[in-house]
Amino acid sequence: MATLSPPARHRLRVLGFLSPWLIGFSVFFLYPLIATVYFSFMHYNQIKEPTFVGLKNWRYVFEQMPLFGPALWNTLWLVVVMVALRVVFGLSLGLLVTKLKSGVGFFRTAFYIPYLAPPVAATVAFVFLLNPGSGPVNEILSKVGISAPTWFNDPNWAKPSLVMLSLWGIGDLMVIFMAALLDVPKEQYEAAELDGAGPWAKFRYVTWPSITPIVMFAVVTGVVQTMQYYTQALVAGKVASGVNIGPGSVVQPGYPDHSTLTVPQLVYQMGFQNFNTGAACVLSLVLFAIAMAVTMLLMRKRSGLLSAED
Amino acid sequence: MTSTTLSAPAPKATDTPVRSRGPEAARARRKRVLHWIAVHSVAIAVALLFILPFVFVFLTSVMSDSQAMSGDLWPSSWHWENYKAVFETDGFLTWWRNSLMYAGLGTLFTVCSAIPVAYALAKFRFRGRRTAMLLVISTMMLPPQVIVIPMYLVWAQQFHLSGTLWPLIIPMAFGDAYSIFLLRQFLLTIPKEYIESARVDGCGEVRTLLRIIVPMAKPGIAAIALFQFFYCWNDYFGPQIYAAQDPGSWTLSYGLESFKSAHMVNWNMTMAATLLVMAPVIVIFFFAQKAFVEGVTLTGVKG
Repeated sequence: MATLSPPARHRLRVLGFLSPWLIGFSVFFLYPLIATVYFSFMHYNQIKEPTFVGLKNWRYVFEQMPLFGPALWNTLWLVVVMVALRVVFGLSLGLLVTKLKSGVGFFRTAFYIPYLAPPVAATVAFVFLLNPGSGPVNEILSKVGISAPTWFNDPNWAKPSLVMLSLWGIGDLMVIFMAALLDVPKEQYEAAELDGAGPWAKFRYVTWPSITPIVMFAVVTGVVQTMQYYTQALVAGKVASGVNIGPGSVVQPGYPDHSTLTVPQLVYQMGFQNFNTGAACVLSLVLFAIAMAVTMLLMRKRSGLLSAED
Repeated sequence: MTSTTLSAPAPKATDTPVRSRGPEAARARRKRVLHWIAVHSVAIAVALLFILPFVFVFLTSVMSDSQAMSGDLWPSSWHWENYKAVFETDGFLTWWRNSLMYAGLGTLFTVCSAIPVAYALAKFRFRGRRTAMLLVISTMMLPPQVIVIPMYLVWAQQFHLSGTLWPLIIPMAFGDAYSIFLLRQFLLTIPKEYIESARVDGCGEVRTLLRIIVPMAKPGIAAIALFQFFYCWNDYFGPQIYAAQDPGSWTLSYGLESFKSAHMVNWNMTMAATLLVMAPVIVIFFFAQKAFVEGVTLTGVKG
């Protein structure tokens, strides 16, 4: 060490501290990303050596794959509806909690707890609760004379049911919005009140401008999370379909009528059930491209993510 | 009603100097009370909606087999033995053990690897710091499905580790983007004077990190540990990719769904199992509420 100049020692030190991440980034991010691009131009069934097929996989996915259209549609539908409703509900709950004068701790915990429920457990529970035959929800609705839909068993209601499930787990967004709302300077509200601003005007001209970075943050992370939407859709479809699924048995995903099939599910099906590595990699890259494009688009406006940089 | 009025909030600071007893003040007071009632009624209604699913799941979990299918809301007799039966189901204890191993080791590895990286990104000046941070954030943004196929092939074909949880645990020793990001945000709030005075006292970087930074960053470390533990505990996609081939490696999250399939009609048993999967998470939450809320707000707000 003694022979090294101070700047060289500094560089070594930085490298040392960063090394876990540098290795992790190269091995578990960079390598697989490049390999995904490589495999997207290959025919590869995971047994025989891969062979180069040019754009064949890409053409197959975009022109012939029967489930690609529905999966892409469902994913984008969920991205738009789920993210929009989650932001609106999360913000409303955050506002509600900040308006409370007593029992704040209790209410905050009540709204937060469902967020912690493991996704598989929450999904199984919701399929039970919304179960058309014996589920408590339809039981209660029928008692008050409402003929309820069959939720996860109706292609038109399956996605809205997933949205309900995701709104139940809104606790994280609520906490984030709550903290942001408490950060809005009190004097600004007082000034607005002196100017005779009503509740809406106060929200529009005081609250909103100060929380937009957090809203942007919620939208960006929401979009990215929903692009990966997998577990809940898969488990809901499997459990609601009622068929016995053991490992190895191949079930058409997206029950009912492909209404809950998402792109990540299609990646799994192509890569791990049909062993069509090329097509699976093309689908992965489509997912990546959309997630990146949306993120970049939203990041160009001020987002909470990068403003922490300096 | 009177009790509501009594616990009504103290008048706002702007109102106090006036304290007049005229009709104006009475109207303002009534308005505040009505506002209090309205806000709390809405809150109670929403809280009910959030809690009821747990209540129904619990009530069903103690019903008899036949009653669980009947659509009844209240159990006619309480069958606590359902929980015992769930534990005695093939594999259930193994899934617990596997979940604990995955979540425990995963958390330990993540914390150990994230600390030095987050420290360097928060407190060292070097060229490419901004780029490194951007790369960390873009890894957070990457859907896991994008890289899963080549990774699976490596683990299965080169290392023959498919059918185990190791392909999920080992990468956590090499930094997790989300934890690094979160911890870095936390470390930014530690004034650099502490580090400088440690250096003046002749502490090396490693000592400074272990003796000064780590003790001060305990809340941030607790937050990333909790989040990582829950991430592993809840993970379904990972165990499905790597552990599915061998039921001896299944985790609770993955096993639960097959449990439902095996117990087709037994909603009571399924609900008991569901609650048993949720239980640790909720118990930990009650012990570590502060670390949680801190962690969640850190992600969003410190931006």
